[in-house]
Formats: sequence, C-alpha cells, structure tokens
Amino acid sequence: MLDDKDRIFTNLYGFEPHNLEYAKKRGDWDNTAALIKKGKEWIVEEMKKSSLRGRGGAGFPTGLKWSFMPDPEKTGKPHYLVVNADESEPGTCKDRDILRNDPHKLIEGCLIAGFAMGAHAAYIYIRGEFFNEGSAVVEAIEEAYAAGLLGKNAAGSGWDFDVYLHRGAGAYICGEETALLNSLEGLKGQPRNKPPFPAMAGLYACPTTVNNVETIAVAPTILRRGGGWFAGFGKDEKNTGTKLFCISGHVEQPCNVEEEMGIPLKELIEKHAGGVRGGWDNLLAIIPGGSSTPLLPKDICDTVLMDFDSLREVQSGLGTAGVIVMDKSTDIVYAIARLSQFYMHESCGQCTPCREGCGWLWRVMVRMVEGNATVEEIDMLLDVTKEMEGHTICALGDAAAWPVQGLIRHFRPEMEKRIMEYRKAAA
Amino acid sequence: MKKPFDLTADYQPESFTFKDQKKVDEIIARYPKGKQRSAIMPLLDLAQRQTGEEGAKADIPYGGWIPRAAMDGIAEIVGQPPVRVYEVATFYSMYNLAPVGKYLVQFCTTTPCWLCGSADIVGAAEKHLKIHMGETTKDGLFSLMDVECLGACVNAPMVQINDDYYEDLTPESMVAILDALAKGKDVPVGSQSGRKCSMAIKGPTTLEKAAKKAGVA
Repeated sequence: MLDDKDRIFTNLYGFEPHNLEYAKKRGDWDNTAALIKKGKEWIVEEMKKSSLRGRGGAGFPTGLKWSFMPDPEKTGKPHYLVVNADESEPGTCKDRDILRNDPHKLIEGCLIAGFAMGAHAAYIYIRGEFFNEGSAVVEAIEEAYAAGLLGKNAAGSGWDFDVYLHRGAGAYICGEETALLNSLEGLKGQPRNKPPFPAMAGLYACPTTVNNVETIAVAPTILRRGGGWFAGFGKDEKNTGTKLFCISGHVEQPCNVEEEMGIPLKELIEKHAGGVRGGWDNLLAIIPGGSSTPLLPKDICDTVLMDFDSLREVQSGLGTAGVIVMDKSTDIVYAIARLSQFYMHESCGQCTPCREGCGWLWRVMVRMVEGNATVEEIDMLLDVTKEMEGHTICALGDAAAWPVQGLIRHFRPEMEKRIMEYRKAAA
Repeated sequence: MKKPFDLTADYQPESFTFKDQKKVDEIIARYPKGKQRSAIMPLLDLAQRQTGEEGAKADIPYGGWIPRAAMDGIAEIVGQPPVRVYEVATFYSMYNLAPVGKYLVQFCTTTPCWLCGSADIVGAAEKHLKIHMGETTKDGLFSLMDVECLGACVNAPMVQINDDYYEDLTPESMVAILDALAKGKDVPVGSQSGRKCSMAIKGPTTLEKAAKKAGVA
C-alpha cells in the first residue's frame, strides 16, 4: 500500500483549507520559477520519464502529448492550454476533490504545463454543476494573481501567464476535447472531425493541448520529485505512478482514494472501501473505470489489477478509475439499461449511428430488463453496438456500445433466462 | 421536461437589461479580442442568475431562467445573430428557458446513484411535495427533475438544489431538507451523514494524521 509520504493529493478530503497559505504549507508553489528555468525540454523529458498517462480516460502519454505542440516562433499564433474539468463520466468524482480541496496544485500545474507548450493562457473548463468547486478555483486564481504567481512574470519565472475559468452548462459531451473547444468558443458542444488535431488547430484555430485536471495537477509534484520517482510506482514501465480511484455502489464505505497504479481491484475495495456489502462472495460485477468501460464479472474481479493494460487484457479499461461495485442484489440488466439511457440523453446528435443507435439501444435494453424480447434480439443488439463502434466522429458512440457489449459478453445467460421467464408468464 | 407553473412558458418580458454592467465587461475581457462569442455561455448564466435573484423576492417566487429578450441582448453584446445564442441556450441542459421553482431540485438517477437508492429519494420527495418529476409546486417553491450523473458518485445518492449538492441522502434527510428550505431555514450542504467530502464514512483509510489534526477522526 502507498505511504502517505508518497501521496500527491495530501488534501484530498479537505481536512485543511484550500487557500494559498495552506497550499504552500503542503508544498505547492515552492520555487516554481526554478522548475521553469530548467527549460521546456527538461520539463517534457521529465514528464516522459515519469510515463504519466492522461488521467481523463484515454491514457495517452502526457509527455508525448506536450511534445506535439509546435514551436510558437514558427506558428506565430498564441498557444493555449485547456484543462478539462468537465468531469461527468458516471462513477467518477475525483477531479471534484482536486478542484475544491487542492486548486493550487492545478493552477501551478497550469503555469508549468503552459510554459512547456509555449502557452501564455490557460482556460479551465469546469462542468456547470460544479458551482462551488468552480468558486474555489476562482478564489485560488485570484489569490495567485494577488501573490504574483500568475500574470506578468508569473511566480518570478520570466513567463507571463493567465488562467481563466469557463463554466459549462450541463453537457457530458463537452468532456470530449474538441466538443469542449467548441463550447469554449461559444458554440454548441459538438465534437470536431480530426485531423486537424488540437495541437495544430485547437482553441480559436490555434495550437492547443487539452489535459485532464488530475494530469495537470500531478505535474508539479512529478517535476519536483523527479520523473523517476513517479515511475517507481505502478505495475510496469507503461502503467506508473499514483492514481485517484473513486469507489461507489455496493461497498460498505464508498470513497475516493489515492493509490498505486496497478493495485489489485480486490485489495483496493477491501482496504479502502470496507469491502463489498455482504462480503466479497456477494459480488456480482464491477464496472472498473467509469460507465464507458465494460463490466467485469466476479471471477475476473478476483484477480485483476487496476491499470490501463491489465484491464485492457480483460476487454475493459481503466478509463477514469471510477469503480462501480454491484452486489448480487443488483438488476444487472437495468444497471446497464440505465447507462444506455444516459448515453441517449448525452449524444450530441451530430452522427447518425450514435444519435439513432443510442436511442435504439436504450429501447431494446428496456425490453431486455423485462425479458420482453427474443433470443435473436440479443445478437441483433450486439450487432448494432458493433455498427456504432468506430463509426462516429467522437468516442461517445463507442462509449455507449461498450457497456452493452460487456453485459452480453458476461451475462448473456441472465438475459436469456429473463426472455424464457417472460414467455412462460405470457403463455 | 420542465413544465411551467403560473408564469406560463409563453410568458416573456418585453425587455431585459443586465444590472451589473461591470460583470458583463469582466466576462467579455476573459476572452481574446474578437472572440466575444465565447462569452455567450457565461452571459446566459449571468442572465439566469439575475432573474433568479428577482424571482426569489417575488410574491410567488420562481427560480432563474433566461427570457428571450436576454438572449437577444446577449446576441447584440457579442455581435452575433440571435440564433447563435438560441442554439447554445437550447443545447445545454442547465439553461432554463421557462420559469422554474425557486428551488430547482435535480435528482441524480444514473447507475451509481440508482445502486444506492436514488429511486427512494425521488419517491420520498414526490410524496412529500405531492408533485411528480418535471412539475412545480403551486406555491412556486420547488421544481423536481431528474438529471444525469452529477459527479458525486461516492456520496450517492445525492441531489443538486440550485447551486448546492446534498449528498449521502436517505428518504428522511431528503424530506428534512425540503422542509427546512420551505421554512427558510439554513441546511448544511454536502454530506448529510456527516462525513468530510469523499472520505470513507468511518474515517479515512489514508491521510489519517491530517484527519486527526483537523479533528475529523
């Protein structure tokens, strides 16, 4: 188990105030200028050495992403850092704790990351529902300006840097980076076709990097303690560091916790969440990484490790590390049908396979809950998810397809049983 | 989704003026020159907050919403045709285009909250207020609606009332909150089971020293 001395988010639960005075006591803003003066190559190299992978779900290597930003002297355009704080993936509530309890980690990270990519401005796009969390960030931004940590010659680094907060207004799709950029530009939050990628043409058609809150907030600590320190934790060289996990659903004590990447799922739940309600044997299934990741039945949960590649091997994913636990009392078909309803509600309507497919999945899933269907329709359901997957501009179509695929993969007998019982009752 | 009450959906004031011009200027200044269109969302939010403040003081109170005149005004401010503002206002679910109750109670019913009994929370509120989802009480105090994941899953089940989250609810605590709000009493926001943010209820399993120092565990 990770020691407290190796935890990055030492104010995860808000035991201390989130203001600058206490943030400094926790080690934030400690000679930030010295880190910046080591130069952008050093920063990007150190981030690469840490093998940090983006914490927003896709797990793209952060150092590499930062290195994609072109040379500002050659582009002649302003560069932007955009922080994705539109945390809306069901099962996920980790960024919320950073925003409300440790906002200075995020703002310091913005300055360092912004410098490394040649940006003089960062926009933090926060979901509109996080009103109080956004206010905590605004307070922290104002404190940072007042203390000279932002603005001209930010933190004495010689680099001018501004940070702004932009509030969303209730659209899950804005967590997709190009939809987020459109939203930030004052448009409907609909994803853009790629290419061009944001590093070439992002916000206002200028080079832009979009990073998750947790990704940016861990950067200052990684640079202070060294990429090697961060890479020293985890399962292997591609799954490193510490990670915030959110454990919700049927556990004795739901909570957020910072743990080592690659911790066994069972250990995570038993050590930190008080175990599954009614004991481990009462477990039915777990969604390991937020609603988009396919569920895992108990026998896989017994041994699986919580990291990007281990979960991919079992046809699921780490996603945002939002662990949703379901015990044997759960109507598993309804649990997934409710997610289909979620995706139907959140589809932006731009691509036909997603707009029509999400609604179709939900309507069939509602019948599957009752068993008012035929066995052949299970195959049709699977087939439609395959038609949606990969045929849309963004990953929302995939994200809607995967939970249903996971259900059919692991709980097909349960679905068939319902169909048989429904027929018997009708006859 | 949201059914209007005494003020019908057709009701539209003839004009709308932002009271706080300084705030409008400050919002515009957040974005680069020529990119004022980015200010559409924060200005819609500002308009909704302004009507909400007025509504809180009205004889029959109501919550924040965005009249058409406000959208037209915003279009003028950012130099766009009105339809560019309408399409944004109708795309995002947090903009109310018709009046709602003074307290807009939004129930998260997505899977993590549902697993923890959100249906019972919804049921308790409906029974207590004698209205259904999507409806508003006759006194204009409460509107109920179900929403998708609000991002507080480890504190499920939870609701959002105006700007605040109320977490770790039971049917009893839900009714107590509604009662207190109706009487104009303060209700502590956040966890109703008394835990600090997202820590484990019986005390955190990490950062114990800081917890002790803070007198939490």
